[in-house]
Amino acid sequence: MTSNLANEPARVAAMFRKMLVIRAFEEAAGENFFVGHVRGSVHQYIGEESIAVGICENLRDDDYLTSNHRGHGHSIAKGADPRAMMLELFGKVGGTSDGKGGSMHIADFSVGMLGANGVIADGCTISVGAAQAVKLLGQDRIVVNFIGDGGINRGPFMEALNWAKVYELPVLFVCENNQIAATTTTRLVTAGEGIAKRAESFDVPAVTIDGNDLFTVDGTAARVISEIRNGSGPQLIQAMTYRLRGHFAHDDAGYREAGEAEAALAHEPIRRTEAWLLENGLSQDELDGMRDEVTAEIAGYVEDAKQADWPDPSLAFTDVQDVGAPAIPGVAS
Amino acid sequence: MSEMTYAQAARLGLQEEMRRDPTVWALGEDLGYEGGMAGQYSDLQAEFGDNRIVDTPISESTIMGAAVGAALAGTRPIAELRFSDFAMCAVDELVNQAAKARYMFGGQARVPMVARMPIGIRGGIAAQHSQSPEAWYTHVPGLVVVTPGTPAENRGLLKAAIRCDDPVVYMEHKGLWGMTGEVDESDQSEIPLGTARTVRDGRDITIVSWAAQVGVASEAAEVLAGEGVVAEVVDLRTLWPWDRETVMASVAKTGKLLVVHEAVRVGGFGGEVAAEVAEELGVPVARLGGERIPIPFSIPLEEAYKIKADRIVARVKEMLA
Repeated sequence: MTSNLANEPARVAAMFRKMLVIRAFEEAAGENFFVGHVRGSVHQYIGEESIAVGICENLRDDDYLTSNHRGHGHSIAKGADPRAMMLELFGKVGGTSDGKGGSMHIADFSVGMLGANGVIADGCTISVGAAQAVKLLGQDRIVVNFIGDGGINRGPFMEALNWAKVYELPVLFVCENNQIAATTTTRLVTAGEGIAKRAESFDVPAVTIDGNDLFTVDGTAARVISEIRNGSGPQLIQAMTYRLRGHFAHDDAGYREAGEAEAALAHEPIRRTEAWLLENGLSQDELDGMRDEVTAEIAGYVEDAKQADWPDPSLAFTDVQDVGAPAIPGVAS
Repeated sequence: MSEMTYAQAARLGLQEEMRRDPTVWALGEDLGYEGGMAGQYSDLQAEFGDNRIVDTPISESTIMGAAVGAALAGTRPIAELRFSDFAMCAVDELVNQAAKARYMFGGQARVPMVARMPIGIRGGIAAQHSQSPEAWYTHVPGLVVVTPGTPAENRGLLKAAIRCDDPVVYMEHKGLWGMTGEVDESDQSEIPLGTARTVRDGRDITIVSWAAQVGVASEAAEVLAGEGVVAEVVDLRTLWPWDRETVMASVAKTGKLLVVHEAVRVGGFGGEVAAEVAEELGVPVARLGGERIPIPFSIPLEEAYKIKADRIVARVKEMLA
């Protein structure tokens, strides 16, 4: 796969830094889950960072993105503010939704991030609708939908593939195939040859790539996104990867073969990108400095989140709807 | 003023809104050639093109989900589901996505869409094409629920639903498609959501209803009038939000409330109205609604399900005795 990165160590370094931010954010989210600052579910994106960064670096700010339950990495890569995201995980004022949504409902409409989603594959149908709006309004945005391998067995995925092709919509489906759906090995519950074949059966071009190779993801995304923007209709990228952690932070992934996750570490994207940077002019000191800087940045957000105010209980009653909105207790309507 | 049917009035309202606002569009099955189940989209594709009157595959989840995405991305889609029974294939997209996006995203988003899903008995289409599940959606925070009962209201309320920034579940009654009535075409105003209409003034009892059952309630009121009982009939028109002010004022005057609906009585919206009135006014309340059975096919069986005027008359007499 040719990549436009090979001669641009500075660009690779910037993308690497973004991957470090995602990794540090997810590590911090997990740590703060275990000490009780973050409630609910935290689905970490650890080990898959090259996909979000490689895809989103090729998008414009006004392109749309829909995500899923494992969406922190997608949001950061699209340009959402990790500080506001951390505050959201803590349920605090200043979070992306002022604490109304939490980990699975992060959105940032200012950068086209139309929302993570707690329901598997629901982003697929929202994406084709956003693309239809783009077409109706005569815009040249594209829409990217991130879906996991578990999602391909839901009806909305199949419906949306068909729909996107029928109307030749500017949608890029990115299936992050980490090979496991929650705790179930996906191939054991998936008939046929899987994702790419399903897309191709709808005449949606599909390419399968090593998602842990930033260069391959970037090069593929650059080509496919340009084709979609120039009217190719929908396409699908299957990015093979490996989820280094459990389904969520409190899942020890005991269903895995012994040694499997350890073996996967050799192929994880941060290690691989770092090796390339070392071979292409950056020093270990520079990389360590970058890592320290990112770690401190995220630690600062965690501190901010701890200090931030809890939302006033009255916020529970706002932004439900305009017509027939609930009364706010203690406030005369 | 022109006389037109309930379906024609809806078509007019949609056409007017599509002419007024280029971001309004509709998607659903059989909207082009067929023009919708009752002609409520008739010839609109010829006027607005197949980008704005979109014939879709039979993919209810995506009809609803695409409407959500298109609403988030700056347009005002109308998702046509043909039957509220089929819309059940897309309850997830309506309830988990449309209704909650604004809230979950902390007010960053609005979902200005209309989910159009006709309800009710049309005659002979049985258990999977005749249901009235309007109460389900009144239970869902974020949704507005509308049940138009006349041609003029099917135009004015549809206009309001399209202009509304909230997701609106718009439930026409299939038994009313052919109902005729006067529509003032020169009046472009909407009928405000959440406002009831007093169909008939009275003093002895208030009968609250909506959709096709309003006609049956009015028929019963006519019979009662012949026997010296003057019943007030109120059409709620919008179930969420429902017009408490009008209902409470009416019942405060008459002192008794009977809610009548075609939907199954158990868990029906009549229970909500009756409970609110009883809590606030402490007056006698009662409900009439369908038995908890699927809608049957054969004529005598289907008729056995319906709440006819004679049952309403009898119940009112019991309440006044």
